[in-house]
Amino acid sequence: MTSALDITRSVKPPRAVFLNFPLGHQTGPPNQPELQRLIVADAMRAFRAITSPATIVELPYVWDPNDRSWEDTDYTKGWMPVPPSPEAADALEAERQARFRRD
Amino acid sequence: MPVAYIPRTRELYSDFTPYRWVHNESAPFTPLTKPVAECRVAMISSGGFMYRDQPRFHREDASYRRIPIHARPDELSVWHFGYPTRDAERDANCVFPLERMRELEAAGVIGQLVDPAFSFMGGIYSARKVRDELAPQIVDELKRAHADAFFLVPA
Repeated sequence: MTSALDITRSVKPPRAVFLNFPLGHQTGPPNQPELQRLIVADAMRAFRAITSPATIVELPYVWDPNDRSWEDTDYTKGWMPVPPSPEAADALEAERQARFRRD
Repeated sequence: MPVAYIPRTRELYSDFTPYRWVHNESAPFTPLTKPVAECRVAMISSGGFMYRDQPRFHREDASYRRIPIHARPDELSVWHFGYPTRDAERDANCVFPLERMRELEAAGVIGQLVDPAFSFMGGIYSARKVRDELAPQIVDELKRAHADAFFLVPA
């Protein structure tokens, strides 16, 4: 799967399926199983449908027909949320370890 | 219009020397000799997923995790610095569609979903490290699992 057409054209994997969605959503929006299913099924079809190397199949799904602003702002300065501080990240990690050790 | 990530990366990391992207002149290609419905397909995500208390990833990390394909959503965690992970944390299927692949296996669209699935943290600056350290290990796993094909989802 890819959402980065220019990078994929440069790298040339044997087969690729391109979906014009924001990074972090290459197989669909959260909690939309029907659309995720369509995307993944299309990708599985491409294994046989692609017969020449470096082919990129483009899927037709649109992230949001009413709002394409993400195409202007994704991967530009300030697009990522502020990460947790190292202390906060370590605390989250300690909590995760403890949670699964308890089970 | 598809986003042009190469110029955007240059702009976003303008304080650093420009990244040297991998450029290949051609692609390898092994034709599929049987229908996907008869294939063992492995699921791989570079989105930085961990199962239960598996160690957290870190920058320039060439390690990978084996994720049981029947992992429950609450047993998956994400660590990645290069993409907004909020939606992947809410629903791993955004970039690690284990549930969707299990459904496709049950429906006979794929022959078998290889168990385990694999995840690594794709924000690795060194392409050499990926090529020489991480990729060969994944290839070994896929050979051991007798995978016919793999589905690599980036994040």
